[in-house]
Amino acid sequence: MTAMAERDLLAGITVLEYATMVAGPYCGKLLAELGARVIKVEGPGGGDPARRRGPFPEDLPDDELSGLFLYLNTSKQGVTLNLETATGRDLFRRLAASADVLVEDATPGVMAAIGLDHDALCSLNPRLVYTSVTPFGQTGPYSQYRAYPMNLFHAGGEGYTLPGSLSNELFPGREPVQGGTYLAEYDGGLHAAIATVAALIARNLTGSGQHVDVSKQEAAMMLNLLNIQLFANTGELVTRRRSYHFGGIFPCKDGYVILYPREDRHWQGLTAAMGRPELGTEERFRTWEDRYRHRDEVNAVLREWVAAHTKEEVFQTAAPSGCPAAYFATTEDVFHSPQFAARDFFEEIEHPSAGRLAYPSRPYGFSEAPRSQQGPAPLLGQHNREVYCGLLGLAPGELAELHRAGVV
Amino acid sequence: MQEGSGPLAGVRVVDFTWALAGPGCTLFLGMLGAEVIKVETAQYPDAMRRGAYSVSGDLDSSPTFNSANLNKLGLRLNLRRPEGVQIIKRLVAVSDVVVENFRLGVMDRIGLGYQVLRQVNPTLVMASSCAFGSTGPWRELAGYANVFNAMSGMGSITGYQDGPPTELRDSIDMRVGTNLTFAVLAALYHRQRTGVGQYIDHAAAEAITRHLGDAVMDYAMNQRVTPRRGNRDPLMAPHGCYPCKENDTWLSLAVGTDDEWRALCLVLGRPDLAADPRFADGAARWAQQAELDSIIGAWTCQRDARQAMQELQEAGVAAIPSFSAKDLFEDPHLRARGVWQDVEHPKLGTTHVQVPPWRLSATPASVRRHGPLLGGDNDYVLCQVLGMGAGEVERLAGQQVFE
Repeated sequence: MTAMAERDLLAGITVLEYATMVAGPYCGKLLAELGARVIKVEGPGGGDPARRRGPFPEDLPDDELSGLFLYLNTSKQGVTLNLETATGRDLFRRLAASADVLVEDATPGVMAAIGLDHDALCSLNPRLVYTSVTPFGQTGPYSQYRAYPMNLFHAGGEGYTLPGSLSNELFPGREPVQGGTYLAEYDGGLHAAIATVAALIARNLTGSGQHVDVSKQEAAMMLNLLNIQLFANTGELVTRRRSYHFGGIFPCKDGYVILYPREDRHWQGLTAAMGRPELGTEERFRTWEDRYRHRDEVNAVLREWVAAHTKEEVFQTAAPSGCPAAYFATTEDVFHSPQFAARDFFEEIEHPSAGRLAYPSRPYGFSEAPRSQQGPAPLLGQHNREVYCGLLGLAPGELAELHRAGVV
Repeated sequence: MQEGSGPLAGVRVVDFTWALAGPGCTLFLGMLGAEVIKVETAQYPDAMRRGAYSVSGDLDSSPTFNSANLNKLGLRLNLRRPEGVQIIKRLVAVSDVVVENFRLGVMDRIGLGYQVLRQVNPTLVMASSCAFGSTGPWRELAGYANVFNAMSGMGSITGYQDGPPTELRDSIDMRVGTNLTFAVLAALYHRQRTGVGQYIDHAAAEAITRHLGDAVMDYAMNQRVTPRRGNRDPLMAPHGCYPCKENDTWLSLAVGTDDEWRALCLVLGRPDLAADPRFADGAARWAQQAELDSIIGAWTCQRDARQAMQELQEAGVAAIPSFSAKDLFEDPHLRARGVWQDVEHPKLGTTHVQVPPWRLSATPASVRRHGPLLGGDNDYVLCQVLGMGAGEVERLAGQQVFE
């Protein structure tokens, strides 16, 4: 038996990625990490705008040094192509004819207007899985609406319930907030990857590709199904006034922690770990109902103990007791987490311009396909020769001509 | 009965998951057409069955449990009895996937760890998800959504600029389950082509950290900690969530280009702002965002959120209300896309659920059935899937194997 590796899982699949910023590229990244050959097609005007979003080393903008772009495009090949030219569209068709998957994020109707929609490409390549990932899906009254990542987060229904709990106590009546960075965009990309692999599984059985329409709004809503479907079925509305019955977020010496002694064993374990085992069995706090009835006292006990300790002390003391306990890790804490380090969660990748940096890697490991080293994000047009000459068989002179004509 | 037309038609999943992270994964596998058999014991039924959300307090009447467990079949089995463990082995032998999210070691203690199950089914795909994964110093720690949210870094970068971190709750569990689903599908695709199964070791906290990769890159590059920014953006302005006319209604609005800025000024009826050099380009607007926020807020608070959205979108400005669950359930766009489906439930009557968020043109994903009643499908699983006779079932029932 030959040894397998992670990059064999999706080996043999060629993905054409014509998408920018977060969701579509994250979908492509997920497939590339497991061995798909992902060819990222970037348009004129400097390619993917993620190249201009940063963060940049020392805040000096450089199209090859954006942390967002570097992270989202690991292990891909990069080509440039101008789809506003007829030759560019023809080359795109030839690429699609030899691909297994297209991931695109154009506003609905745009690909059809340039003859590159699902119907057009699937007549060239009936095995193509054509994945469209857009804010509101291909159909419906909002299909042409614009949404930046923050708008999208609020469109999915989660923003209305955030920040909630302690923030709401401190600032009642304030506005809803977005999730950190591009949260709903990552969600949409992950959902697109799920649907794409599912369509590839179906293709192994039917021999045919298909069109996959992913609405990022609907993906976000699905993640909030408890709140949204609670309303749909009971009329109860979750808002930013939501909070824990007792326990919750407390400030500690150097940050914030969360403690929630929901079950009796949680409370007993936590109070024993705090060195106050008598509280664990005290009548007033014995059951959930007791703790709820005396929640002000419960919270006072927890607040006082937490305030006297660091986040690391609270976590190291409380978490082993079995009570849900954690600290709000900053990106610095995450980067230096001993747990993540023990699992090699951060992977060093060497990039021709950015050098060697540690990137968050996969949260899953496969027993029969051990971790593969990932490659860096492509420089703009880095693989033009390899793809246009190698894959499509253009002569070097033809490629030079395309350069001159502004096609690539 | 359970066969869907989806991509996973013919795939059978034995589902030991509970709470929400694991059930989210098997919800998606079921929507994609797999037959999911949810295993529960009478002593430890899925905690979601009795959460605060259960309508009558009875174990079969929680609409939220139902939403998170659509399509799944219910097998009630006593795993403390050797006969119960034996039934699982027979079931795994005719299944494709096992998913579980117990604490580390629980499946081994029951006698149903991967090393045992792969003997029964050599091409099995088994996925285990726990808070921090199966290795490392924190591997034994229990975790819930609040733990994954906090330890992943997501909570600390979400919230008001001048406020504490934020607790994202059940959506975090669902994100863990979504991530796990991708790993299971990749393994299934590979198995389809090679016949090789896998054990998948999944770490919930890491799954969430993946969704702030760009922020972690800032630390890797600049040793800079990402702050909470409210609704603001490091580059774009205006970029906020503004109050609308009705109580607690809000409009999110973001401007990313000069064209969008000019369009916004026209809708606001303020062409003077478009010509004002103080707001001439993105950097200038970013520097003046507090003033822009008050100008926009004064306009939105006179208006209905949806009407403002329409007016702004027609002019080419990205504006979407911060939708509540009520807004979404009544939303005309979602209605036009057929997002809500009625599903009959034996105890709850007609329930309203969301259809799968991926529209696959040839092999559609689907909601085919309500969530499982506790033990509601024992007969189907035991007699039809495993081919037991009525006598055998009765004999085992007499030994409390189905309690």
